[in-house]
Amino acid sequence: MMGMSSLSTCLALLAGWIVIGIAGLARPMSVRFAGRALFLAGALCGAGLALVSLWALNAPPEQAVLPIGLPDLPFHLRLDALSAVFLLLLGVTSVGTSVFGAGYFRAGEGTAPGLLCLQYHVFLASMGFVLIANDAYAFMFAWEIMALASYFLVTTQHRIAEIRRAGFLYLLIAHLGALGILLCFGVLQGGHWEMTFDAMRALRLGPQWATCAFLLAFFGFGAKAGLVPLHVWLPEAHPAAPSPVSALMSAVMLKMALYGILRVSFDLIGAPLWWWGLIALGVGLFSALYGVVFAAAQTDMKRLLAYSSIENIGIACAGLGLALVFAGLGMASLAALAVIAMLYHCLNHALMKSLLFLGTGAVLHATGQRNLGKLGGLMRYMPWTAWLTLIGALAIASLPPLNGFVSEWLLLQAFLFTDQIPRTFINMLLPLGAAVVALSAALAAYVMVKFYGVIFLGVPREGTLVRAHDCGRLERFGLAWLAAGCVLLGLLPVQVIARLNAAAILLVGTGLGEHGQRWWLLAPLTQGRASYGPIAFFVGVLSIVLLTALVVRLFYHGRVRFSLPWDCGFGQLDARMQDSAEGFGQPVRHVFQPFFRIERELPSAFDNAPKYRVIVTDRVWYALYEPLVGLVRRAANGVAWLQQGRVTTYLLYGFVTLLVLLGVVLA
Amino acid sequence: MNVIALLTQGLEIIVAVAAAPLFLGWINQCRAWLQNRSAPSVLQPYRTIQKLFNKDAVIAANSSALFRVAPYIVFGAMTLAAAIIPSMGTRLPFTAAADAIALVGLLATARVFMALAAMDSGTAFGTLGARREMMVGFLAEPALLMVIFVASLISATTSLPAISEHLTTEAIGLYPSLAFTAVAFTMVLLAENGRIPIDNPATHLELTMIHEAMLLEYSARHLALMEWAAALKLFNYACIGFALFLPWGIAAGAAAPNALLLAIPVLAVKLVLAGSGLALIETVSAKLRVFRAPEFLATAFLFAVLGLLVHLLLGA
Amino acid sequence: MAPLSWDLQLLNVCAALLLLLAFAMLSQRRIVTLVDLLALQGAVLCVATALVAWRTGKSHLYLSALLTLGLKVLFLPWLLRRLIRRLDVYWDTEPMANIGGTMLLGLLIVIFAFGLAQPISALANTSTKSTIGIAVAVTLLAFLTMITRKKAMSQIVGFLSMENGLFFAAMSATYGMPMVVELGVALDVLVAMLVLGVFFFQIRERFESLDLHHFESLKEEK
Repeated sequence: MMGMSSLSTCLALLAGWIVIGIAGLARPMSVRFAGRALFLAGALCGAGLALVSLWALNAPPEQAVLPIGLPDLPFHLRLDALSAVFLLLLGVTSVGTSVFGAGYFRAGEGTAPGLLCLQYHVFLASMGFVLIANDAYAFMFAWEIMALASYFLVTTQHRIAEIRRAGFLYLLIAHLGALGILLCFGVLQGGHWEMTFDAMRALRLGPQWATCAFLLAFFGFGAKAGLVPLHVWLPEAHPAAPSPVSALMSAVMLKMALYGILRVSFDLIGAPLWWWGLIALGVGLFSALYGVVFAAAQTDMKRLLAYSSIENIGIACAGLGLALVFAGLGMASLAALAVIAMLYHCLNHALMKSLLFLGTGAVLHATGQRNLGKLGGLMRYMPWTAWLTLIGALAIASLPPLNGFVSEWLLLQAFLFTDQIPRTFINMLLPLGAAVVALSAALAAYVMVKFYGVIFLGVPREGTLVRAHDCGRLERFGLAWLAAGCVLLGLLPVQVIARLNAAAILLVGTGLGEHGQRWWLLAPLTQGRASYGPIAFFVGVLSIVLLTALVVRLFYHGRVRFSLPWDCGFGQLDARMQDSAEGFGQPVRHVFQPFFRIERELPSAFDNAPKYRVIVTDRVWYALYEPLVGLVRRAANGVAWLQQGRVTTYLLYGFVTLLVLLGVVLA
Repeated sequence: MNVIALLTQGLEIIVAVAAAPLFLGWINQCRAWLQNRSAPSVLQPYRTIQKLFNKDAVIAANSSALFRVAPYIVFGAMTLAAAIIPSMGTRLPFTAAADAIALVGLLATARVFMALAAMDSGTAFGTLGARREMMVGFLAEPALLMVIFVASLISATTSLPAISEHLTTEAIGLYPSLAFTAVAFTMVLLAENGRIPIDNPATHLELTMIHEAMLLEYSARHLALMEWAAALKLFNYACIGFALFLPWGIAAGAAAPNALLLAIPVLAVKLVLAGSGLALIETVSAKLRVFRAPEFLATAFLFAVLGLLVHLLLGA
Repeated sequence: MAPLSWDLQLLNVCAALLLLLAFAMLSQRRIVTLVDLLALQGAVLCVATALVAWRTGKSHLYLSALLTLGLKVLFLPWLLRRLIRRLDVYWDTEPMANIGGTMLLGLLIVIFAFGLAQPISALANTSTKSTIGIAVAVTLLAFLTMITRKKAMSQIVGFLSMENGLFFAAMSATYGMPMVVELGVALDVLVAMLVLGVFFFQIRERFESLDLHHFESLKEEK
C-alpha cells in the first residue's frame, strides 16, 4: 500500500468489480468468459479488498470526497475500523463465493451469464460502497443499488411464479426498511440539513430525538436483517436465488444491516441510552429462538439455512443489545466484550453460512433436488462436498474448536456480567438471556444434525441419487477456502480479537485487555476469570484420538466385515424407513407447538392407501401480514373509486388540485 | 507449570479412563442388590469391553468413513473432558485451555458425532435414536449451562478448578442456590447419561430407547469404544458434580503430593456414595414416556434458574 | 463478603425451601399431595420462625412458631385430609393444560417479586431483610396457584399457602406482626376453614361436584 491510501485502493477495487460486471455484457452468452473468467477476476478483487481492509483495521480513519453525486452534496467516503471489519468480511466471503460461482453457473438457467455477472458484481460493489459511505445520500444510494441488484439476482429464475412472488415480497420489505432508514437520517440531521455523517457525529440530539432515530434505524435495518417479525421475506428470497447469491445474501448482506445499526447507534447518535439495548436484546433473542425452531421444521434445505440465518442474526443482535446496555450504563469494557462477541459472530456466520449455502448449491447441481425428503447418502458420492460441508455444519452448531463456539463463548461470558447491572429487574432478567442463547445453540446443533444427516448420511432416498457426482475443482476451492476460514477463526481467536479491538475502541471507547493472554490462549477478562485455548484444545482431542486409534490397532486385530444393516428380522429394510425431514423435526414441533401453525392430514385406520401430510407455517404471517394485506387492499379499493374512466372527471381532479395549490401558495 | 501439576493432570486422565467402567459396574451392582437380583461382578464392564475388542467388526455396507471415525472422536472427547474436570487436584495445566463453557461444548461435540454416526447407517432405529438424543441434548444443555452459571457467579470465574478451589477455601457455608442447582444437575445427569427416568440403559430393542438405538449398528471395537465413552461420560458427570457441589477433599492449590494421594481415596468414597445414590434413584423411579422428557428437563431448568435467582437475591 | 452466621444461613435455606415448595404446589396436579406440600411448607415456616426467635430473643416469636406448628402443620392439614376423605375427592386431579407455561409465568413473577423487594429490603433494618423478596414471591405464587386451579379444594390450599407467604413476609420485614394481630389472623384462618368446610358440603349437594366452573351458571340470565 505504499504511496497509495487504503481508501483509494479500496475504491479502485470496488470500481474494479463494476468494470468486471460491465465487461460481462461484452459476451453475455458465453459461460466461459462471463461465467468463469470474470468471476475469477472478481475473486481476485475480493482478495485484494480483504488485504486492504486488514491493513486498514489498525490504521487511522481516512476520508475522501468524490466529485460525483448531488450538486452541493458530493459523495463523502470514509474508511475506519468499523468499515474495515465489514469490508474484510465482504472480501473474504466473496472470494469463496466468486470462485465457487466460477465453477457453478451453467448456461440456460434463467438469466444470461453476462447479465448475471453484471448483477452479481454490482451487488458486491454496492455492499462495499455502503460500508465506506460517509454521508446519508451516498449511503442511501449504495443501499438502494444493493437492494435492486439483489432483487434481480433473486429473480434469476424469473419464469417461476413463486420466485417472482418471493422477489416482490423482498423488494416490498426492503423498501419499507429503506423508508425507515431515510427517516432516521432525517432525524439525525437535526434541522441543519447537513447530510454528511461528520455533521451528524458532531450533533448531539436530545434523548427523545435520539430514541426516535434509534427506533427508526432499528426498524429500517431490522427489516433488512430479517429480525422477527420483519423476517418473512428471508425464507422466501434466499432459497430462490442461485446458491452463490444465497450465500452472499445470507452471509454478507444481512451483516450490512447490522453494520447500519452499529454505525447509527454508537457512532452517529454517539451516546446510546441503555434501554435501547433491551429492545435489541429482546428482539434478537426472540429472533434467534424463532429462527432456529423454524429451521428444525423445514423440509427444503435452503429454506432451512435461511431460517438458521434468522437465528444467527438474532444472536448477533442480542450481542449488540448487550453492548448497548453496557455502553449506556458506562460499563465500557464490558460493552467492548459484547461488541467483539457480536462482530466475531458476524464474521463467523459469514463464513459458515456461505459454506453451507455453497454446499447445498453443489448438492442441487448434482441431484436437482432441494427437498430434503428426496436426498440422503450423498457422502459416498460427493465426498469433497460432504466433508467440507461438515466443517460448516459443526461450526454453525457452535462446537469447539471451530469458530462458531468462540463467539458463543464470548457472548456467554458477557452475559455472566449482567448481574452487575445497577438496575433492579434487569439484573435478574438478563442472566436468563444466556439460557436462550444456550438453547438456540443446542437447537442449532439439532438442526445441523438434521441438515447434514438427512442430506449426506444414510441411504439415498431416491434411486437417481447414486448418479450424483462431486463438484468441480473451482467449486471445491470455494468450499475449502471458506472451511479454512472457519477453522482459522476458530483456532486463532487471540489474533482475530486483536484486529477487532480497533472497531471496539471506535464504538465504545475501549477494547478488550489482555490478562495473562498468550498467542494460543484467549483470556479477555480479569486475571483467572476465564480462558480458552482452542489450539491446545484441538491438539488435545486430536492426540487422544490418534493415540486411541494407535493403541487399538496395536493390541487388537483390525478385522472388518461388511454386511447389510440389521433389519430386526423384517427383511425388507428400505430407504424410506429412515427419518424423513418432517420426522426428524417432530420433537421440536412437539416441544415448541405454540410457535407453529400446523395443518395435519391424518389417514384413518381403514385407508387402503394411507396418506400422511403435515404442513407447518409461520404464525406471524397470519397474525400480522394477512390483516395488513387486507387493510391495504381495502384502502386501495377506496382509492380506486377515484378512477371513474371519464376524461372530464380526471380534468376536474387536475383543476381542483391546481386551485388548492394556488390557495396554499397565496395563503 | 511444574512436575506435580503435570503429574496430577496425567493421573486424572488415567484414573478416569481406567475407573470409569468400574464406576458403571458398581452402579449396576447396587441396582441389582436393590432390585433383589443376584448382582454381576463389578468388573463385568471390563470383561464386556475386552470381549468386544477381540471380535470382528461388522459394519453396515452403506455407511461412510464417518461411522468408523466417530467412536474414536467420541472417546477422545470424553477423555479430554476428564482432563478438564478437577476430580483430584485443582492445579491442572490443561484447564487453562478449556473452561466450563468449553466443557459443555465438548460434550455437545461428542453428542453430535454420535448422532451423525447413528444416522449414517440409514436404519429407522439409528435416526430415531439420533433424533431423541438431540432432543434430550437441546433440553438439557440450557439447564446445564444455568447450573454452571450459578457456580460461576458465586466464584466469579468459569474455570472449573478455580470454582472448586473457591468453594473449598471459603468458610463452609450453606448455599441454598447451590442446593437448587445440585438438584437440577442431578436431573441433567440422569437425562444426559441415558439413565432412568429418561432412558433405560439395561434394555435393548424397546421402542423407547435412545442411547442403545444409536449404537445398534456398532459392533466389536467400535462398540467397545462407544460403551467405554458412555461409562466415561457418566464418570465425568459425577466428577463435575463433585467439583461444583462437593469439592471437599480435593487437593486445592499448589498442594503437596501427599494431599494428592489423600484425594484418591476421597474421590473413591464420593464415587461409591454417588453410585449407590444413582442406583437408588433409578430403582425408585419409573421410566417416563419420551414426551414427558421435556417436562422433566424443564423442571431441571426451573431448578437451575431458581438457584440463580436465589443467589442473586441472597448472595448465597 | 464476610460469611453469614450459621443461623442466617439456615434461614436462607428455609426461605429457599419455601420458594421451592411454592413452585412444587404450582405444578402439582394431585390434591392430596397439595395438602402434604402445604403441611411441609408450614413446617419449614415453623422452623424459620423458631430460628428468628432464637436469633432475636423475642419470646413471642416462639409462641407464633408453636402456633404455626399446631395450626398449619397439624390441625389444618388434618382437617383438609378429613374433608378430602369425607368429600370423596381423594383421587381428584386438576386438569392443568400447560404446566410449562405456568412455570415460566411463575419464574417471571419471582423476578418481579425479587425486584419489588429490593427497595423494601433496603429500608428494613432487620437481619432477615434479604428474604423479603422470597416471601413476596411465595405469596404471589400462591395467588397464581389459586388462579390456575378449578377445584375448590386446591383453591383453599392456595389460599392457605398465601397466608404462609404473608406471615413470612411480616417476619422478614419486621420480625413478625404483634401477637394480637397474629392470633387474630390465625383465628380468622381457622374460622374460614371451618366455614368453608361446611360450604363444600353445600356446594356438592347443589352441583354434585366441587368443580368451580359450575359457579358460572350462577350468574344472572340475560
